[in-house]
Amino acid sequence: MSQTEDKLKAPKEPLFSKKNKRLITDPLADNNPITIQVLGICSALAITVQVEQAFWMSISVVFVMIFGNLIVSLLRNLIPSRVRIIVQLVIVASLVIIVNEMLQAYVPDVSEKLSVFVGLIITNCIIMGRFEAFAMANKPWPSILDAVGNSIGYAWILIVVALVREVLGSGKIWGASIFGNNLPGEESGLYALGYVNNNMMILPPMALIVVGVIIWIQRSMNKELVEEN
Amino acid sequence: MKVNKDGNGYTFAFSIILVIVVGVILSSLSIGLGPLKKANVEVKKKMNILSALGVESTRKDGSEKYDQFILDSYVISHDGTLQENLPEEKQAFSLDVQKQNRDKTVQVNDRLYPIFEAEKDGEKLFVLPVVGKGLWGPIWGFIALADDYETIVGTSFDHKGETPGLGAEISQSFFENRYNGEKIANNGSFTPIKVVQNGSGFEDQKVDGITGGTITSKGVEKMVNETMEVYYKYFSKNK
Repeated sequence: MSQTEDKLKAPKEPLFSKKNKRLITDPLADNNPITIQVLGICSALAITVQVEQAFWMSISVVFVMIFGNLIVSLLRNLIPSRVRIIVQLVIVASLVIIVNEMLQAYVPDVSEKLSVFVGLIITNCIIMGRFEAFAMANKPWPSILDAVGNSIGYAWILIVVALVREVLGSGKIWGASIFGNNLPGEESGLYALGYVNNNMMILPPMALIVVGVIIWIQRSMNKELVEEN
Repeated sequence: MKVNKDGNGYTFAFSIILVIVVGVILSSLSIGLGPLKKANVEVKKKMNILSALGVESTRKDGSEKYDQFILDSYVISHDGTLQENLPEEKQAFSLDVQKQNRDKTVQVNDRLYPIFEAEKDGEKLFVLPVVGKGLWGPIWGFIALADDYETIVGTSFDHKGETPGLGAEISQSFFENRYNGEKIANNGSFTPIKVVQNGSGFEDQKVDGITGGTITSKGVEKMVNETMEVYYKYFSKNK
């Protein structure tokens, strides 16, 4: 089917045509994988306690997403439709193992920070979702753009949630204290005035509440996103 | 030639080729990067031992400083006797105490315990590895003991996958430092160090746990006490 479509498109589409640009910009806001499609919530919950981990997780997801979408798109006409989900799973799992091996060998410090969470990328529904919904039916270039858009759309939400949780929960940004010292007996800064970190922010449910607040803000700014009942 | 892409033959052929290709790529990557990964793990272990001694090191100078500070290493058994003539993989540094603890075929009484003897600022110190269980997976660390054989002078803890911001904080220096100065023995007999929640960690034999990381903190308590008891058996015999 895609071949007949290709033939109909007479002049070659420019690399960054309006349509292609939308592939990147849409998932950043109006079609964000986390806040609008509500995918990938599991990892948003697990690794948003600290900004640093959220950052490295995002980088890994961007890598897996781009290469995954590219490979699936290149193989799209070869993959037997009955086993396509398994094939996609094998591709994403292999890429995650490659990322993990590379991290362990070349940047062991980062690998230690991410620890078991690298494996969580496999279960990230955004990746499988984009393979199935986009890369299986589109050419490599739009697939790469789609991957960039969706993974960055995922990444910025992850980092914002992590920022809120780390600041309110631990009083830190990227591991550096911002409100002063809160060790018992040697309080300084805000802690000396009686400020207490909100430990609830560190617990997983607060990730969902923070994501919920982002969804709320987004939908009140853009009424088109609100579903009618 | 027209291939029927919905046929069983095509599906099987595609799957087999895919699995072989992926298998070859992944295994060659894993073998190819093996030496690098092994070296990273070894340097990390040396850095952890040094960190318990209070010596800062980086991945670059870890091995060098290890050779400089660690003078001797040997292995004792569960009942506290020195073991000699051990095969290469059971020597103090190469012995993987985590693997040993996981291995169900090794009885608790058959476990081996390495001791690293170090000298820092003219004082003799003992660095002792400890292994235990946290909330999600293994936790481990090294404890530096002064040459009175009972005072803890430094610790370094690490973990596989404890919750960031909660249990994972055991690897932060603020928690590790809480063990400094605690004694594993009083009047010649072993005494456990408790991890407490009520903020009474300043008392003797008590260490404050981590808020929200209770199970990991309790894991640290169990790990330190169980292992220190074994080492103390050896030290009380060989004082």
